[in-house]
Amino acid sequence: MSDRTNSKLETGAFFARDRAWHPPAFAPGYKTSVLRSPQRALLSLDGTISEITGPVFGHSIIGELDNDLIHNFAKHGESAIGERIIVHGRVLDERGRPVPGVLLEFWQANAGGRYRHKKETYLAAIDPNFGGCGRAITDDEGHYAFRTVRPGAYPWPNGVNDWRPAHIHFSVFGHGFAQRLITQMYFEGDPMIWKCPIVGTIPDKQAIEQLIAPLDWGNTIPMDARAYKFDIVLRGRRSTLFENRLEGN
Amino acid sequence: MVQELGYLKETPSQTAGPYVHIGLTPNYSEIGGVYDADLGASMVNDKTHGERITVTGRILDGAGGLVRDAVIEIWQADSAGLYNSPSELRGTADPNFTGWGRCPTSSDDGIFRFETIKPGRVPFKDGRKMAPHITFWIVARGINIGLHTRMYFPEETSANAEDPLLARIEHKDRLATLVATKEGSVYTFDVHLQGDRETVFLDM
Repeated sequence: MSDRTNSKLETGAFFARDRAWHPPAFAPGYKTSVLRSPQRALLSLDGTISEITGPVFGHSIIGELDNDLIHNFAKHGESAIGERIIVHGRVLDERGRPVPGVLLEFWQANAGGRYRHKKETYLAAIDPNFGGCGRAITDDEGHYAFRTVRPGAYPWPNGVNDWRPAHIHFSVFGHGFAQRLITQMYFEGDPMIWKCPIVGTIPDKQAIEQLIAPLDWGNTIPMDARAYKFDIVLRGRRSTLFENRLEGN
Repeated sequence: MVQELGYLKETPSQTAGPYVHIGLTPNYSEIGGVYDADLGASMVNDKTHGERITVTGRILDGAGGLVRDAVIEIWQADSAGLYNSPSELRGTADPNFTGWGRCPTSSDDGIFRFETIKPGRVPFKDGRKMAPHITFWIVARGINIGLHTRMYFPEETSANAEDPLLARIEHKDRLATLVATKEGSVYTFDVHLQGDRETVFLDM
């Protein structure tokens, strides 16, 4: 945590979150949200130093295979089974500026839609060579990349016959704790996206489309892996033109 | 036509889901050998300055049920009131304190626990001091966008009385939802997602 990859001094508070763009807390089509959604209004306060600051992780925490889910859990000389893909993109802020040195964590089911988790009982088989987690830190221009297998769709007990589209979960740190974000990436052309109650918690079709990664033919590696591109946008920071002076000074 | 602002939209949030542990705490979910240790499992070491405390609690849903599949992250200042962040421009924080921790609620008893230190006071935007506090971020199945809140300390009566955030809470009976209970060096902070005792959540 102490090696500072971010040399730029950033002190501005963040753009207010557009909570009509994000899913609301209460979205009854997704049943678990019914009892897990606050009913009182959120208390609003412009960001203080407690939210403007946040943890930044050094590249030293990243192991050689951390961004290779095909091999980071596999036995020596073996690989996870499934469609081999590369997922890559940039982390930008709302002002379009790259966000360097931020940690991303990913997790997903295997090619058959089975998660390696003790609570998971789906009858599709575990892949002995697939763990399902990975992480990366963005470079100076905000780029990240990892290699994995395309996850399968999987059924879940929400409606009688609900299935999640193929998806990869993303956890993203920014430079401030108020930028903290968890989301899910979907795959271009998957007809299941538009049937999913979790996708459907997002009210705006354009916001949903922001979570769909296009096939990136240009970055596909012949005879090896196809590529998908997924850019992530975090809250922007205000310019600090008038924010360096405390009120009353 | 006026000029276009040209800003991008923030990537929309989605729930962390029931298997969030695979990604955030893989060793806890028995996926060993990928990372040495789960990130955020330890915040302090032998050299960390400040008063050692334990912060523990549970997350409860609108029916009073335990939320056993949440992940909690906390972020706080060191004992001198400095954050271990590149955006901290007031000084250099204690290098032996991360300021950030991550802990799942137990799949058995639903309890989370952090071994940390009591934070010092940090200034509000106008220079007034905020009362000592720990910022919480909570994700889980059924939570569509991570919930921010703060834990305050019950023995800090006068600091809490002048805290700018607590002062903004209109219904004073809700203040208690942000104040932990204390027994020795252990602070207990239960978070109620919904209902009569609903915790105050923040849009910051």
